[in-house]
Amino acid sequence: MEDFLRQNIVLVSTLAKAIVVPIAIMNVVPFMVLLERRGSAFIQDRRGPERASIFGIRMFGLWHTIADAMKFITKEKVVPAGAHPVFFYMAPALLLIPAIGAFAGVPFAADVTIAGETIPLQVARLDAGILYAFGVASLGVLGIALAGWASNNKFSLLGSLRSASQMLSYEVSMGLTIMGVLLIYQSLRPEVIVQAQAGPIWKWGIFVQPVGAVLFLVVGFAEANRLPFDLPEGDSELVAGYHTEYSGMKFAIFFMSEYMSMVTISAMVTTLFLGGWQIPFVTTERLHGWFGTDVAGQALTALCQVTSFAAKVGSLLWLFVWVRWTQARFRFDQLMKLGWRTMLPLALLNLIVTAAVMLVIWKDDPRFGLGFTG
Amino acid sequence: MSPLAQYFPIAVLVLFAIVVAVFLIGLDHFLGPRQPNPTKLEPYECGILGVGTARQRFKVGFYIVALLFLLFDVETVFLYTWVVLFMPLGLIGFVEVALFLFVLAVGLYYAWRKGALEWE
Repeated sequence: MEDFLRQNIVLVSTLAKAIVVPIAIMNVVPFMVLLERRGSAFIQDRRGPERASIFGIRMFGLWHTIADAMKFITKEKVVPAGAHPVFFYMAPALLLIPAIGAFAGVPFAADVTIAGETIPLQVARLDAGILYAFGVASLGVLGIALAGWASNNKFSLLGSLRSASQMLSYEVSMGLTIMGVLLIYQSLRPEVIVQAQAGPIWKWGIFVQPVGAVLFLVVGFAEANRLPFDLPEGDSELVAGYHTEYSGMKFAIFFMSEYMSMVTISAMVTTLFLGGWQIPFVTTERLHGWFGTDVAGQALTALCQVTSFAAKVGSLLWLFVWVRWTQARFRFDQLMKLGWRTMLPLALLNLIVTAAVMLVIWKDDPRFGLGFTG
Repeated sequence: MSPLAQYFPIAVLVLFAIVVAVFLIGLDHFLGPRQPNPTKLEPYECGILGVGTARQRFKVGFYIVALLFLLFDVETVFLYTWVVLFMPLGLIGFVEVALFLFVLAVGLYYAWRKGALEWE
């Protein structure tokens, strides 16, 4: 067994990453629900869920989340009479699979070298990891559109139509806002972009692309269907939007997918604008200098970097909660107006200004203007 | 790593995601009580009896959004290739893309003036 592990360390680590990472993201969801409940209580100056106790242990209210999961599984399943027999079941899966898959390109620590093999600490190292992440994340809209149509409910249909057009509108801006960063770092590989942000804190994307960072964060909120852009499930007008007719675990899957897409968006913001797993002023080499480069030293280095990554993602997740409980919802026409008339022109402007500035900065670089022949 | 081999972890991940999704929906299907009656199975309409089916015609504005998305997103895809080759392409690439973006902006302005971005 040990020999097998030693010989196939790349294969084993690849399989392990592809299973452990999605499980980790799914396990962020209950903690995020807890954070949301306690956070809303904190913001509204009231008591949050904290009373449930098992043998006197309260666990800060985590029992409520566990009880929710039990309730979701054992609840009565109601499938409305007019619902499509196949699509009604397929829609939650179509939303969950992209939500799990989109995280795969994000690196969460520097490469580790064990037994002479370099193991990247990201699920998949792709030539165009950024494109992969955005491509897969945008597939979620299929599940939402299908859920609304399959339910045979007018609220669901309206919710899913709104959601689809919202996500499509903001996706255009999303594609354009990240281009400024990609242009500066000249790569579509997330690990290269993170590596370029090593060292001093002012090398982070948010300092070289401040407008792009703000635009991307706003668009990210819209893509995750979160307040102030949560019109698809605007409960004062559409009951619950596209998942009105869903109950039990199928509803829970929609719920989980929303939280997982928030985690993915936060991870993308971290990777592109907040230096990914980089610790400000402390490069991987310096960490290796402190801890050594044997297996224990590499593990400690990776642990520090994963902690840095998790801290950044956690802060952004808290920002999602913070905004949700302090901002009011947009009206649908305001939302579309913001998307097409403000975000899209600003994103175009940001790209062209960035390109013009980089043209001036790079004009003396030996690689500049050589085309494909150089 | 060969271009296809780097997608092997993705295949594992997607397979895992499918297993999780099927497991959760299957679990949901087999656990829990089930006492359907005609009233319970009606589509939810805030307690009012539903009129007609939900699969009917809807506002044309949603189609226009889909159309605009298709136009602008395809144009965005073109820009990705320029962005990663910005430095070697240099000034010529910049001028060409500036013209391209100008056409894109004119298209947006046209859609705007035609009222395609209006939601009353």
